[in-house]
Parts: sequence; C-alpha cells; structure tokens
Amino acid sequence: MRFLYAPAAILALAGFAIVALPPVAAAQISDVPQQRIDGLSTDYREAGEFLSGNMPVNAPVVTFSPEVPFFVMRRQVTRGEYGACVSAGACRALDTAGEPDLPATGISFEDANTYAAWLSRRTGEVWRLPSDREWRLFAGTRAVDDAFQEGSPDNPAERWLSRYDEEARRREPEEARAQPVGTFGENEHGLLDLSGNVWEWTSTCYARSRIDPATGQIARHDNCGVRIAEGAHRAYLTSFIRDPKSGACSVGRPPTNLGMRLVREEKGFLSGVRSFFGL
Amino acid sequence: MITRRNALLGAASAATAALMVSGPARAAGSATSGLAAASPAGDLPRIKGELVTPPHVMAHDQVAKGGPRIVEFKMVVEEKKVVVDDQGTEFQAMTYNGSMPGPTMVVHEGDYLELTLVNPETNTMPHNIDFHASTGALGGGALTLINPGEQTVLRFKAFRPGVFIYHCAPTGMVPWHVVSGMSGTVMVLPRDGLKDGEGKPLHYDRVYTIGEFDLYIPKDADGNYMTYDSPGESYSDTLDVMRGLIPTHVVFNGKVGALTGESAMPAKVGETVLFIHSCANRDSRPHLIGGHGDWVWETGKFANAPQKDQETWFVRGGSAAAAIYTFRQPGIYAYVNHNLIEAAELGATGHVKVEGDWNDDLMTQVSAPGPIVG
Ligand SMILES: [Cu+2]
Repeated sequence: MRFLYAPAAILALAGFAIVALPPVAAAQISDVPQQRIDGLSTDYREAGEFLSGNMPVNAPVVTFSPEVPFFVMRRQVTRGEYGACVSAGACRALDTAGEPDLPATGISFEDANTYAAWLSRRTGEVWRLPSDREWRLFAGTRAVDDAFQEGSPDNPAERWLSRYDEEARRREPEEARAQPVGTFGENEHGLLDLSGNVWEWTSTCYARSRIDPATGQIARHDNCGVRIAEGAHRAYLTSFIRDPKSGACSVGRPPTNLGMRLVREEKGFLSGVRSFFGL
Repeated sequence: MITRRNALLGAASAATAALMVSGPARAAGSATSGLAAASPAGDLPRIKGELVTPPHVMAHDQVAKGGPRIVEFKMVVEEKKVVVDDQGTEFQAMTYNGSMPGPTMVVHEGDYLELTLVNPETNTMPHNIDFHASTGALGGGALTLINPGEQTVLRFKAFRPGVFIYHCAPTGMVPWHVVSGMSGTVMVLPRDGLKDGEGKPLHYDRVYTIGEFDLYIPKDADGNYMTYDSPGESYSDTLDVMRGLIPTHVVFNGKVGALTGESAMPAKVGETVLFIHSCANRDSRPHLIGGHGDWVWETGKFANAPQKDQETWFVRGGSAAAAIYTFRQPGIYAYVNHNLIEAAELGATGHVKVEGDWNDDLMTQVSAPGPIVG
C-alpha cells in the first residue's frame, strides 16, 4: 500500500515538508492543531546506558528517518483537554487544580497512555505517545544531546564529577509553574514549547546495553518500568511518577513538570507504523 | 598594634601582635556594653572577627596563639523574603546577617565574645539573641532585645569548648523567630585545639557549617503555598502549620539545594573536613553517603572524647554537632539527614564534591550490571 504515499514522497524530495492540518471536525477535543512530520531525518543518539566492558561510554549515534509520516500536536495537551477525559470517567484526576488553558502537568506515563487510548476511542484515530526517536526528530534543535565526558577507566569519579558539574551548570527553566501555551516559543517545525518547563513522556523504555570490547557485540537489557521523558534534558523516570520534583538527594536533576504531546498515525498504516516504532 | 591600655599594664602578649587588634577607640566603645568598666575582660586585647556566609566559616587558628582575647563581631538582623525551593515557594525569613543559618563565630576557650547586634529601621520586628555558649540572662536574650532602629552590645565569656547554637528568642514568639531562620553557631575551640580521646591532636583542612531548618509554610485551599508581604502577616497562618509539627520543608542552609550543584561543598582526597551541623529547633541524624564520621562530637562539646567511626549521628534539636572526616575516595558524596524522606522529599540534602585518585583497594566494580549468569 505504499503507493498511497506518493504525494508525501514527492514532498520529501524537496527536503522535508510539514503540513499544518485543518482541525479535525469529528470531535472538539481533538481540535488541537497538528503538524505532519514527513521526510525528516535526524542524527539520533540512542537512549539508555551503554557500557563498554565495565565502563560507561556514550551511546552510539544513528540516523533516524521514519518511512511513514505521522502527525504531532503543535502544543502540549492542556488541562482542559485532559479534564474532559477525567469527566468522561476514563482518566485519573490530576492532583492539583489550575487553568484549563495551561499545559496539563502532573501526568504520569500511565496517565498519558490512558488519555491517548481515550482520545483514540473518541476520535476514531490512533493517538499515542511518540517514541524517543520521534520526539527528537520533531524537536529538532530543541533536543539536547546528552553526550558526556567519558573519563578514565582508572577513576570512575572523574566521570561522576564532570557530569555533576555539567548538570550544575545547565541552564534550566527557573519558573516551575506551568506557563501559558506558547511561552517557550516555536521550533523550526512550528511546534510550541518544546524543552520548556514541561517534559513530555515518550513510549521508549530505559535500556542498558553492554558492548563486548573484544567482539563489538551488544547485549541489551530493557526495563519498561522506566520510560523516557524528553525536554531540556533526557530524563528516565518510573512510569507511575506524576511529580518528579523531589529534593536533590540523588545526584542528577529531575524534570520540572511532566506532561504530554501526542502523535497521530495516518489511517491505514497502523500495522507498519507500529512495527517500525516498536524499536 | 597594641591597645594603649594593654601597653600601660604591660599585658601585651604575642597574641596582641595579631593584625586585627583594634585601636583605643574600640576600648572606649566597650563601655556601652553595660558591664562594669573594671571588668577583667576590658584589659584583654581585642580583635575583630570577620564573619562569612555559611557554609563557609571565618578564618581562624585551630590552636590559639597567645592568651585570651575579646573577639568582636557585628551582626545585622535582616527580615526578607526568600525562595526556599525550586518551585519558587516564597518564605518570609528573619535572619542574622541575611543568611540561614547566621554566620558561624569562632573563638577560643577563655576568650570573650562581644557581639554588636543591629536591628535596622527597615525591619518590622523586635529581635534579640540567646547564645547557648553563654551563661546567664537567658543566654543574653534578656539583655539584647532591640526594636527596629536600635542596636545592642553583649559580651560573654566563652569558657566551655564546643559548638553551640545561638538563636533569636523574643518573649512570646521564640519558636516562630527560630523557624523563620534566626539561628547560627558559635564554635569555642579548646586553646590547644581539638583532640581525640587519647589527647592526640586532630586537625582539619576545611570546615563547613550546615544549619538545618524545619520550615512551616502555609498553603491555600488549592494546596499552593501562600505568599505574604511581611513576617507579621504570615504569623497566624504559620503558627497553625507549626502546631501540626509537620514541616513543609526541611532544608540545609535556608533552601532546597543550597549545598548542591554549583553550591556543592568542594574537597580533595586526603583532606580532612570538619562538618558543623546545627539544629536550632528539631532533631536530625546526619549521614555522609559513601563516607563516615571519623571523629564525631555528637553533642558538640569538645571536652568530651569524640566517638570514632560513626555511620550516622544524632543532632538534638537545640544543639550543634561536629564531625571530622578524611576523604579517601573521589566522587560526589551526599550529606543528608538520614530520615531519607526529609532528605529527598523535604530538602535536607547537601553534596560534597571530592576530587582525587580512585582507590581500587577500597572499592572496585568487579562486574558492571549485566545479565544474570549461572
Ligand atoms: Cu528575631
């Protein structure tokens, strides 16, 4: 059925194309403006932890260019939109009150999936969280590389200290309260508020990969109880966490807030898309 | 420089050669203390203590050079709004010299500590000071109550060696002033320095002073922290939270993260660090994650032998403790209140950043995390 994508393929020839779509008429709740992501490509640093032997090393960089276009919400899901799911009895109420126009925060990975499933039922479309690759693709220049100084194998503390300093220096949003849509501006693909003070859940699991220094073979171990939230830095969080702000006991700064931005699959390509993004 | 009086009495000792000994004008100033002019302290050389903001501690000798002196300090009470966490929660603080805790004053056993306390016109509350290191008059509280626009001078003899709390204690409002930030530490060192239980000297290369604060910030009906324009306006709501005895924040040095990130405490492998930990109101149990207390004066009083090889020690509310540790391994150490809920959820965490060579003998990662084998 790939031939159906001929128009997209032609657009892709011109580099890339993003087409703003008119609001979906079927249900008011899905009126959120969307962008079509097609023909984009990005150098993607793999998520998770990589060890060479016993030594942590930077994750490899791969080229990511999805074969199938998809749509992404131009802005994050708002409190009002999430509230409609709560009113419908499908979603768990948020822990705090706030203006309906503000981005929904205090969202766990599970909340986000529940909302996506409800929205899909309501609209007859397939809404889901983006994978970490997809997020980094559409975030473009708003995605932050998390390469680190690898340090010497004799002294693990060098790496800990340099990472600590880097995190301490990192400029992150000073305002913790969720801000009106658009506060953090638009990226080159027309998407609002990426890497502002609301991190966005992705569907990607935390994984540890061990590279055998002798053979180069990689053994990978996934832990899907921990998922990736993307924003001003890539964060690994237990899936049921709603509020990541809890002191500074562990080394490493938590995200400021947790929210979501969903992607929508194009009808008719469900199976292909699923298998591709299930990576 | 030698004061005229000391020169006349021939009492000048080597100590009076110290750079900061003040001139005769200061000696005249001491008459405002209200103590008899013939007070024995009046004959002693004077030096000015240069206070610094915690976690740093003023420069001082670990072993006293020469005989007792009068050490002059000045602190200004500052009422101000501060932010206490990374969510921007505002708090009506009352402070000595603008910091929580107030600066740590260091003297030696037998010295006289002479404090000029200033309450500027811009403040709204009366304040005073109760020195746990002092004797009489409610620790000086009864002699030092000053209204906005006033100042006072108090002198006391520091004859008990140890680390001691000082705090504000205005009648009827003591706990509120204390949990609003008004506390700090006096360290009275033995003249011949710190010793282990067998009389062997103990030295430190660095010293950090940590003040732990339990904060009680009111919330509105929606669960958001309330903001007030003055300490007075926050009083009754704050008192309601205080009476529940459950703090909203437990923090080191005034706010969540005051001792982490770019404000983490640096040290090096091989260096010995003295940690002073004061709790003006509520108990704590400091623990250095990845390290120990080599020598710990849990109750903070140096005439008692320190305890060895401590994992966690207890700081009674209303006291200060002292712990000495030599860092043997590089990395990030978390200095926490080991009620870990208070450390991780309420804020009582600091970090020590230690540089140096890794010691494989002390610890080695034999196999990094990987699949289960066998
Ligand atoms: Cu006071």
